[in-house]
Amino acid sequence: MAQTGTTPLLTPKDFASDQEIRWCPGCGDYSILAQVKKVLPTLGVSREKVVFVSGIGCSSRFPYYMNTYGFHGIHGRAPGIATGISAVNPELQVWVATGDGDGLSIGGNHLLHAIRRNVNIKILLFNNRIYGLTKGQYSPTSELGKKTKSSPYGTIDYPLHPLSVAIGAEATFVARTIDVDVKHLGMVLERAARHKGTAFVEIYQDCNVFNHDAFAYATDKDVKLDNVVYLEHGKPLVFGKNREKGIRLNNMTPEVVSLGGDIKEDDLIFQDERSDNPALAFLLSRMHYPEYPEPVGVFRAVQRPTFEDRLIEQINTAVQKQGRGRIEDLFDDGETWVVE
Amino acid sequence: MSTTTATPATKEPQGTNGKKVVELREAAVRLAGDSGDGMQLVGTQLTNTSAIFGNDISTFPDFPAEIRAPAGTLAGVSGFQIHFSSEDIQTPGDKVDALIAMNPAALKVNIRDVEVGGIVIINEDAFTKSDLAKAHYESNPLEDGSLDRYRVVRIPLSRLTADALKETGLGAKAIDRCKNFFALGIVYWMYDRPMEPTLKWIADKFGKNPAVSEANARALKSGYYFGETAELFPVSYRVAKAKIPPGRYRKITGNEATAIGLVTASCKCSKTLFYGTYPITPASDVLHQLSRYKNYDVRTFQAEDEIAAITSAIGASFAGAIGVTASAGPGIALKTEALGLAVMTELPLVIINVQRGGPSTGLPTKTEQSDLWQAVHGRNGDTPIPVLAAATPGDCFHMAYEAVRLAIRYMTPVLVLTDGYLANGAEPWRIPDPDSLPAIEVSHPNKPNDEKGYMPYKRDDHLVRPWAIPGTAGLEHRIGGLEKQDVSGNVSYDAANHHHMTMVRLNKVLGMARDFPKLEVDGPAQGDLLVVGWGGTYGSINMAVRHMREKGHKVAHVHLRYLYPFQKELGTTLRGYRKVLVPELNTGQLRQLLRGEFLVDAVGYNKIQGKPFLISELEQVMTGLLSEK
Ligand code: SF4
Repeated sequence: MAQTGTTPLLTPKDFASDQEIRWCPGCGDYSILAQVKKVLPTLGVSREKVVFVSGIGCSSRFPYYMNTYGFHGIHGRAPGIATGISAVNPELQVWVATGDGDGLSIGGNHLLHAIRRNVNIKILLFNNRIYGLTKGQYSPTSELGKKTKSSPYGTIDYPLHPLSVAIGAEATFVARTIDVDVKHLGMVLERAARHKGTAFVEIYQDCNVFNHDAFAYATDKDVKLDNVVYLEHGKPLVFGKNREKGIRLNNMTPEVVSLGGDIKEDDLIFQDERSDNPALAFLLSRMHYPEYPEPVGVFRAVQRPTFEDRLIEQINTAVQKQGRGRIEDLFDDGETWVVE
Repeated sequence: MSTTTATPATKEPQGTNGKKVVELREAAVRLAGDSGDGMQLVGTQLTNTSAIFGNDISTFPDFPAEIRAPAGTLAGVSGFQIHFSSEDIQTPGDKVDALIAMNPAALKVNIRDVEVGGIVIINEDAFTKSDLAKAHYESNPLEDGSLDRYRVVRIPLSRLTADALKETGLGAKAIDRCKNFFALGIVYWMYDRPMEPTLKWIADKFGKNPAVSEANARALKSGYYFGETAELFPVSYRVAKAKIPPGRYRKITGNEATAIGLVTASCKCSKTLFYGTYPITPASDVLHQLSRYKNYDVRTFQAEDEIAAITSAIGASFAGAIGVTASAGPGIALKTEALGLAVMTELPLVIINVQRGGPSTGLPTKTEQSDLWQAVHGRNGDTPIPVLAAATPGDCFHMAYEAVRLAIRYMTPVLVLTDGYLANGAEPWRIPDPDSLPAIEVSHPNKPNDEKGYMPYKRDDHLVRPWAIPGTAGLEHRIGGLEKQDVSGNVSYDAANHHHMTMVRLNKVLGMARDFPKLEVDGPAQGDLLVVGWGGTYGSINMAVRHMREKGHKVAHVHLRYLYPFQKELGTTLRGYRKVLVPELNTGQLRQLLRGEFLVDAVGYNKIQGKPFLISELEQVMTGLLSEK
């Protein structure tokens, strides 16, 4: 079973652990797991260099199903664990699997700070807008007024929008994709994996048991093309079954328009994921169904030195300037005197 | 200027300037002023100078919790006590022999600690009506006779400093800021201290700013010469060098010792030290210190909170580094859940608690020993974690080092208790020979340990699991907080397995006692009274016990540095004495552990005032106990 080094012949199967998968039948997590296993062998990273870290929740079982190194942590704290791993061994490829409760509720603080430090980790946030593992309470992404086990009269909390949060926290890579849209999911996962720095990916994930069809508007064959707009760098925001609609900017507000007549593609918003200014990415993150089609794809992908880059640079500079530290010098810090 | 003098009747040789020089065995001096007056700074200078001079020293800085309480108020008083001696000492001194009070608030807060007949030097320029009001003095203590029991020396410190520095070209404010060095100069003259170390320090520190450097140097010298020439001192004092064991020494505080103990351990085993932490009083100085050691490959991480601080350290350990986190009680409380994770995943981890007054935010800058139960018991589940405690500032080095050694050898989190008193207190520290330190052996497997593959929970004969780290081909495995199946480490909800694993985790930690040094007893192996202490009370207890023995009592002292599990000899030792006394700066936490573990009728002496024990109070308690049948 020992898989040494960089042989490129790995297959998805090589990344499967021997553990029985315990998610509910029909859960969106299966599809995400399958795509992750498919993408990993294409990256040229050997299996022992990959670490999956998670917190608590259905999504957080993820590491057990991967035949890589894995750490199933405590609720909300995966970014902390992942930061420690990556800080002491930046050679590793570190993934975090989290959910809307784990990542945005109990672990919100850690998520923010991992992102703003640009730690070189890939965060997959499985958003099912519900608490699955604790059996059906509302989550920080549940829509206002949602009736759940813990909100029989409807929730009174306004939801968080994960991508807006990530962009506000200075994320260098932000994307959204959908569990059943496997091709798109695979593409986004691969781009996240190849990004240097924190990659934040929100995945719409169907909780088949407690919040089935929460994303039907974005997955149902008959309507999805009217409710989703695919982002592509440098391309205008066009959508609809016949690509007959677009999004243009009216002052600061996006507006859905029909193409043809006076309105040309050139009048629409053009996606620019590489812009240093996060304004457009943020604006796109505010587009929600049913007022707008929801954008999926890469919102933002910019380069900035990572936390690990800067950490190692400081260490190397110090070693260069002062020489490798010796115990004797530690002891002799400050004044010393001899007693005879 | 008026002086009330009561010269002590000791031998009085003539000084060079015709004044008397009195030989003292020891002296305790406290410098007190507003937190902006630079008292900690000059206190540190007096400490360094005395240490280099060859005295034994012990210090106790006492600063306000508020960073900038309004100037001149009681809340803003900052003090620094130093005890220097020609003999072996272990505490900053019960009573103050000389107090330097820069303002009325400093006088009011500190006067009660001054020995009757002690010297009180006062900056009389700071005794205006409004200064007195800020300190809530209804009448001027310099005039109402309330200081009659002391030898008060009134000096217009602000004015003299201004006169001495008027040619420096500095502004009035900058000049006034130098009055701490003027005061220090007076103290140096009073106690016959050499000025060179401080002059050198000033030159190094302010070298970039020659005007300020010159002004501080001149203030120090002016204070010294003022003491020499002025009529107000009839005597000066001398404290001879102490006879301390030969070797090379430096001054060290507990927090410094903790930091270099950790780094030394990481050097010894050639591992990266990862220090995840969140700033908190009184632990932050460990972070400040460690963040300078980049060329030792020390990776400090100032996390967003206490939880990320410990979880990042756990992640670092998983990845093969030495993961360390530190805090004070409230921060340790936040780390509790993650401590459980470290126990479950059986990773090496060092957690340092620099204790302070609790509960809740409590007394952030005051010392206390009230987190022992938290350390031993404070977690959900049956979650055994070994607990160590440092006894002196220098001992923080050894306990931090020992914690790393044990954490790696036993694949377990290890908690180290220090406290605010040790953390900020300083003592001379004999620099150890690095080769004399115990070895720290690390082994990471690189091939499967079983025919079925790598088994992360297959243990050695000390019940310790292997430490395979990410990046090692063929040993890919998953760990986490859910109960583990024995050997394979797979998730298991099996009842018998859970019982078994709980007992294994416990027995592993209990078995560590085999690796602890033998319990040291100071005093007779049997007798009337055994005093059992732990942590920063070592100095006071040890001195008090010695005094009692000098008086002919059969009293012994045991100071526990291993609090969970206890050293193997402890039970027998406790039974060798008629009585057992456990003095603690809490309501009796160790006492209860001892009673629970050994069914011994230990009595407590407990003080929860944010202050260390006085030697004298402990002697009183012992005398009382010994006189009972
Ligand atoms: S509860 Fe929902 S999210 Fe959790 S495994 Fe079941 S279907 Fe998936």
